[in-house]
Amino acid sequence: MDAINLTESIDWKFIEHVKEESGQDPALCYQCGNCTAGCPYSHYFDYPVSQVMRLLQAGQKDTILNSKAIWLCATCETCTTRCPCEIDVAHIMDVLRIIARRENRVSEKDIKLFYDSFLDSVKKFGRIYEVGTLLSYNLRSGHLFADSDLGPKVLAHNKIHFLPKKIKGSDKVAKIFDRFQETLKKHG
Amino acid sequence: MAKKRYAYFQGCSLEGTAVEYDKSMRVVFDALGVDYVEPEDWSCCGSTPAHTVDHVFAAALAARNLSIIENMGLDVVTTNCPSCLMAFKKAQYSMENDGTFKEKVNELLDEKYNCGVYAKSSLQVLYEDVGLEAIKNRVTHIIHDMKAAPYYGCIMNRPPKIAQFDDPENPTSMDRIISALGIEVCDFAFKLECCGAAFGVPKRKMVNELSKKVIAMAVDAGANCIIVACPLCQQNLDLRQEQINQTTGSNFNIPVIYFTQLMGLAFGYTPKELGLDKLIVSADHFARSRITKQEYLEREKAKEQEKKAKKEVKKQETGEEENP
Ligand code: SF4
Ligand code: SF4
Repeated sequence: MDAINLTESIDWKFIEHVKEESGQDPALCYQCGNCTAGCPYSHYFDYPVSQVMRLLQAGQKDTILNSKAIWLCATCETCTTRCPCEIDVAHIMDVLRIIARRENRVSEKDIKLFYDSFLDSVKKFGRIYEVGTLLSYNLRSGHLFADSDLGPKVLAHNKIHFLPKKIKGSDKVAKIFDRFQETLKKHG
Repeated sequence: MAKKRYAYFQGCSLEGTAVEYDKSMRVVFDALGVDYVEPEDWSCCGSTPAHTVDHVFAAALAARNLSIIENMGLDVVTTNCPSCLMAFKKAQYSMENDGTFKEKVNELLDEKYNCGVYAKSSLQVLYEDVGLEAIKNRVTHIIHDMKAAPYYGCIMNRPPKIAQFDDPENPTSMDRIISALGIEVCDFAFKLECCGAAFGVPKRKMVNELSKKVIAMAVDAGANCIIVACPLCQQNLDLRQEQINQTTGSNFNIPVIYFTQLMGLAFGYTPKELGLDKLIVSADHFARSRITKQEYLEREKAKEQEKKAKKEVKKQETGEEENP
């Protein structure tokens, strides 16, 4: 990590915001590194999870919200399980990702696109329609052949439906999406 | 006491790429007399993608199902999929402990949810409610040549505060079920290590590398088969095994079987009934090498006698040497 001038760059509001939304107190972290040691993704993160916690204590909003780490975190719960201060670290990562999404800062566009393709299917059909989700992701991401090598395998074992099944209450599920959008608009 | 009736939540992946997990679970439930009904018109639990958007929204997608189940008059939902399980448990936990959160979730729903349904993994139902004794008593066949690595995946029992089942660092429920089937369990250190989760499509290389570590550890432990309880783990380790070999230069060919398929095999069901044909790396040889419990016990007895006889001979020989 580069040196940070704390007097100039601490965003206190950001710290409060994360505290409130996660119900966790990042100040409890004493940088033991347990979370990073156990995190299966440390190798792939630009800032390992204990550094994200330190950056959070220092109110480094931009660095955190622009990081790849918050998108690559798989919510595997290792950090939460092992934190000696009982901080729900995975939940904090989750909240940081949510804030980044709200502010439209997405350092890992493909991951977000994949999630969005998934949720589109839920909204449309009420359930996940795997073929549709993959195709929609491939089209939107421009990775037209992502995982196409798996196709023949899945086909040979007759593991996939070619037509989506729409549930009866899919309109009710779609309403959850719509109402959620409305609350977003209401609360800005 | 009337028999407990569970709501059984199938979940999206078990309708698609993990049909064999659903199929074999039903066989096992029926074999052990577990009473279950499916909630009508269930919808997706929201899984990982929903909680990257918003926690209230994610909880609402899960709670729509819980509310359907509540209206059926049931208080326990069981599901095979750890992602669905966590979605239900987290929704329940946040709604129970935070009145405002609950209100916000209910505002998104048509039918309010009153927090009366608890989620249990099917593994937990089999381990705690059915019990090892009943499982053991149902065994008709032994797979004597299997060495199993039990792979739980990351969120079946973590975080402990929410999962409330088994040990968060060294779970043993599945180990014990496999042992109850008369199958050898390997000492496997990566029971909980992450396989790469849902990143397979956007981050394939990373997922292949993470899954490789899991398989390599199982092979090092002497396993000739990995036993799983999560449809995502299964997919990453089995469907992607050839990708793993290509990406990492490994040369694995190890079957990845759902623990329910294993139970079904031990209960004498045919591979077809358990969807064994759906596995990419074939596990058919284990179905063929099964022997009946009777035969197994006889073989064991014969082995025991042979050992004893050998000991006798040795004793006599060394005895003779000592007193020439
Ligand atoms: S395990 Fe907890 S205390 Fe230790 S560095 Fe991570 S967050 Fe901080
Ligand atoms: S939850 Fe995220 S940050 Fe924590 S150990 Fe898992 S991948 Fe790493």
